[in-house]
Amino acid sequence: MSAPILAITGLTKTYESGHQALKGIDLEIRRGEIFALLGPNGAGKTTLIGAVCGLVRPTGGTIRVNGLDAARDWRSARARIGLVPQELSTDMFETVANTVAFSRGLFGKPRDDAAVERVLRALSLWEKRGAKIMQLSGGMKRRVLIAKALAHDPELLFLDEPSAGVDVELRREMWAMILKLRDQGVTIILTTHYIEEAEEMADRIGVIDKGKLILVEPKADLLGRLGKTEATITLAKPIEAIPAQFADWPLAISDDGLTLTYTITAAEAEQRGLAPLVKALDAAGMDFKALDTHRSSLEDIFVDLVEGRA
Amino acid sequence: MNLHAIRAIYGFEMARFRRTMFQSLFTPVLTTSLYFVVFGAAMGGRLHEVQGVPYGAFIIPGLMLLTVLSESIANASFGIYLPRFTGTIYELLSAPIGTIEALAGYVGAAASKSLILALVILATARCFVPYHIVHPLWAIVFLLLITVSFSLFGFILGCFADGFEKLQIVPLMIVTPLTFLGGTFYSVDMLPKPWSTITLFNPIVYLVNGLRWAFYGIADVNIAIAAGIICLFLVGCAGIVTYIFTTGWRLRT
Repeated sequence: MSAPILAITGLTKTYESGHQALKGIDLEIRRGEIFALLGPNGAGKTTLIGAVCGLVRPTGGTIRVNGLDAARDWRSARARIGLVPQELSTDMFETVANTVAFSRGLFGKPRDDAAVERVLRALSLWEKRGAKIMQLSGGMKRRVLIAKALAHDPELLFLDEPSAGVDVELRREMWAMILKLRDQGVTIILTTHYIEEAEEMADRIGVIDKGKLILVEPKADLLGRLGKTEATITLAKPIEAIPAQFADWPLAISDDGLTLTYTITAAEAEQRGLAPLVKALDAAGMDFKALDTHRSSLEDIFVDLVEGRA
Repeated sequence: MNLHAIRAIYGFEMARFRRTMFQSLFTPVLTTSLYFVVFGAAMGGRLHEVQGVPYGAFIIPGLMLLTVLSESIANASFGIYLPRFTGTIYELLSAPIGTIEALAGYVGAAASKSLILALVILATARCFVPYHIVHPLWAIVFLLLITVSFSLFGFILGCFADGFEKLQIVPLMIVTPLTFLGGTFYSVDMLPKPWSTITLFNPIVYLVNGLRWAFYGIADVNIAIAAGIICLFLVGCAGIVTYIFTTGWRLRT
């Protein structure tokens, strides 16, 4: 496995107010992956991003970007990072093309109109290149921020709430664009409140809460390990209790005796499915009218994890 | 050294100046013309010469300084405060930019704008009074030192301010009064005792006299002390700005 593009060790941040925003974060980001950092408001997501990007002064710990110490080799480290902030912070009076060219210069790249054009075209902003930013819609402004972050061809891109305030159609477009960037070799770390966004795109998920990273796992493993499949069986006739032959099955009965709930892990569901249950019910002569299944989403898992710590 | 960043910041700031070109250039031309009308024509009729220089010409260095000081402070403070206010400072702080590059960009642009305005004032003055600059090279040196040091001072104010009001307080309540009372329109010798002594504690007196000496070879104070005070102010401001960037005071959380 190649060396991580970002390695964070023992990162802490305590603000002057005494608030401890980060409590010893250890995290490695693999080259070329999309990593989704989830967490409730105030969990430390933006502080963590800020510490890596140079906006926040860490209290302790080390950050290495592509093997470079972000404190000692800060110039080389920062030149490899692009940041799209949560807020729509742009110079409203500047034109789209000029602001992207400005960002490229800030990060030490020579003026290159072709490179700016490439970025603007990739984000469907080329037609708006001469427009002042104040004339653009919120979604367009968000794209401009992404274009600015990509202007210097970063290897590592931070997207802090990229689809906040963006309509559904544009959000889908943005997801497609992020996946395309990943295909081009850019490593992406995104924070989001839309769990669906992480579920759609992320290769790995990290959950941060109260300044601590409580979980880092590949998305598929996480869904398999903590995800559940729940089958709801509506019986033709009510029963008083679960029959003895089903004593070892993970079944629960409703108060009216008409509904059975069968809960198994996502991994078990993947292996066996619901066929054994259906066969057993049939063998026991228990007719049923309906069978509904529900697979828990990343959102369910996230809520369970965070509420479990509350 | 990130030269592309210097170019980007400098270009960005000068573009802001160009966007408001009419206001930026017309205002000092109008103000200078008014000063010449009021002080040059009205008072110049009574004060024919000061230290051998026609009164209209005598006030030119002070008038230049009046604009240069306020513009240097305003441009530099606004240049760094606006990104802080709008949130676009994130880009500057996350970029591979050190103190030298940021200063060369922001302070360089603010000083350039002030120098352009100084030239505009000089050209406007020519329409009202004839003058001859005795030490043109020293005039350039003094102007450069003054614009750069006060642009640095403005940069510090822009970092310190947490509202537009604070951004205005120092230039309006301190610098402008000190400039008016710093011998812009008169010679220190013309003041009665003890004011002629007290006024020597006003640092602007040394700036005005430094520039006036470069223009006409006359000064109320020792010119070496004047040059020393400007250099000291420059070093002090540069030190504070370096501290701001090194520690991230008021910039990074």
